[in-house]
Amino acid sequence: MERQFDAELNALNEKLLHMARLAEESVALAVKSLKERNEALAQDVFKREGTINLLEIDIDELCMKLLALRQPVASDLRFITSAMKIGSELERVGDLGVNIAEVSLELLKQPALKPLIDIPRMASLAQSMVRDSLNAFVNRDEKLARSVCERDDDVDSLNDQVFRELLTYMMNDPSTINRSVGLILIGRHLERIADHATNIGEDVIYLVLGKTIKHHIEEIRREAAANAGIK
Amino acid sequence: MDIRPKIETQNLNFYYGTKQALRNISLACADRRVTAIIGPSGCGKSTFIRTLNRMNDVLLRTRTEGEIWLDGENINAPGIDVVELRKRVGMVFQKPNPFPKSIFDNVAYGLRINDGRNRFKIEEVVEKSLIEAALWDEVKDRLKENAFSLSGGQQQRLCIARALAVEPEVILFDEPCSAIDPTATAKIEDLIMKLKKDYTVVIVTHNMQQAARVSDFTAFMMLGDLIEFDKTETIFTNPANKLTEDYITGRFG
Repeated sequence: MERQFDAELNALNEKLLHMARLAEESVALAVKSLKERNEALAQDVFKREGTINLLEIDIDELCMKLLALRQPVASDLRFITSAMKIGSELERVGDLGVNIAEVSLELLKQPALKPLIDIPRMASLAQSMVRDSLNAFVNRDEKLARSVCERDDDVDSLNDQVFRELLTYMMNDPSTINRSVGLILIGRHLERIADHATNIGEDVIYLVLGKTIKHHIEEIRREAAANAGIK
Repeated sequence: MDIRPKIETQNLNFYYGTKQALRNISLACADRRVTAIIGPSGCGKSTFIRTLNRMNDVLLRTRTEGEIWLDGENINAPGIDVVELRKRVGMVFQKPNPFPKSIFDNVAYGLRINDGRNRFKIEEVVEKSLIEAALWDEVKDRLKENAFSLSGGQQQRLCIARALAVEPEVILFDEPCSAIDPTATAKIEDLIMKLKKDYTVVIVTHNMQQAARVSDFTAFMMLGDLIEFDKTETIFTNPANKLTEDYITGRFG
């Protein structure tokens, strides 16, 4: 049976998708601005930030309204609480996109340090994680959500690789320190974006199964039970 | 469930004539906890709680199969005194049904017919029951007034006090708030949560939020079947059965 409530939940879905699209675009544009040395692309990122922030507030208000007026239970309740969390994660992704664009603008004032390979790879991985986490949310696809969580390790190891490589640049030639630190920061931001996508993936698994997998919680609870004597 | 069951059914079937109203219900209501029964109209929830103190006995052409245990004792066994059973398993109905008597006499009624205790003892129990039913402060200066002078919510609490006066072990509530306003409902819900300290409570309700608020365990029934039984928290956040999910989220029913 189609309920009036379903139309409201669909509206919430739409807003999250819109927000996810903007957040993903921000990351793509920020990295592209760096790679193609194009300042205008970085400016496009700043234009998206305001809309992303407005959407976050919109989503929060809609969720509060639905909680208060509909008193949802079961999968409806899990959907709305997950939507609130996912909204915050996406807002952070948008902010990190802005942070990357800011670093990119700084780096564009100086000659390129080296051709960029790993950072664009990290960026496309992180973007696909954000996109897939939202697709998993919309389709209640637990498997896709798990695959997002698994991909986080790939981004982490790319980030370590970027860091090691830039370290050698800095050791060889201190004049590269400024630019190297900028790139290291961008790597760090991309790694954080992948973490947010992973959090969304975990929220989706909770939404679908009603079970928390965050922070390997089962293990932590077992250990806590074993250490119950220690305060 | 790790809490001792107070009242428990085993493969319970119930028939109105040839129509089967309960199918193989096996359900354990935990001692000094609130168990809520929810389900769409006609699912058998009222029939179910009426089997627990044999209220259905008064209906003609009905038949009960299976077993019901109160503290491990079969309540349908021959030789069970039904009056004694209903003292142990009290009931509060949908509409407040005070007797056309004074407030005091309503609560004292069960005591007087059960045994001729002395006046002093009766006064003491009436006061204690009215306090337990959270009504004492509102009626202590008007005990001689007719019960019908009370508001609907007060009448319902009077009926609860009347049930408490005979010191039951289990109290069955059949939609106790469906005929009273939200403020009175809140008082009764609060009362039910307090009562579980001393009594086992089974409540049938159409109001799912009410089941969520007051109960520790929830049973979902449909067309005479017990579909799902679990901790209330689990039923309302992550039910295992699709039918439960669809019912509590308002997709049917």
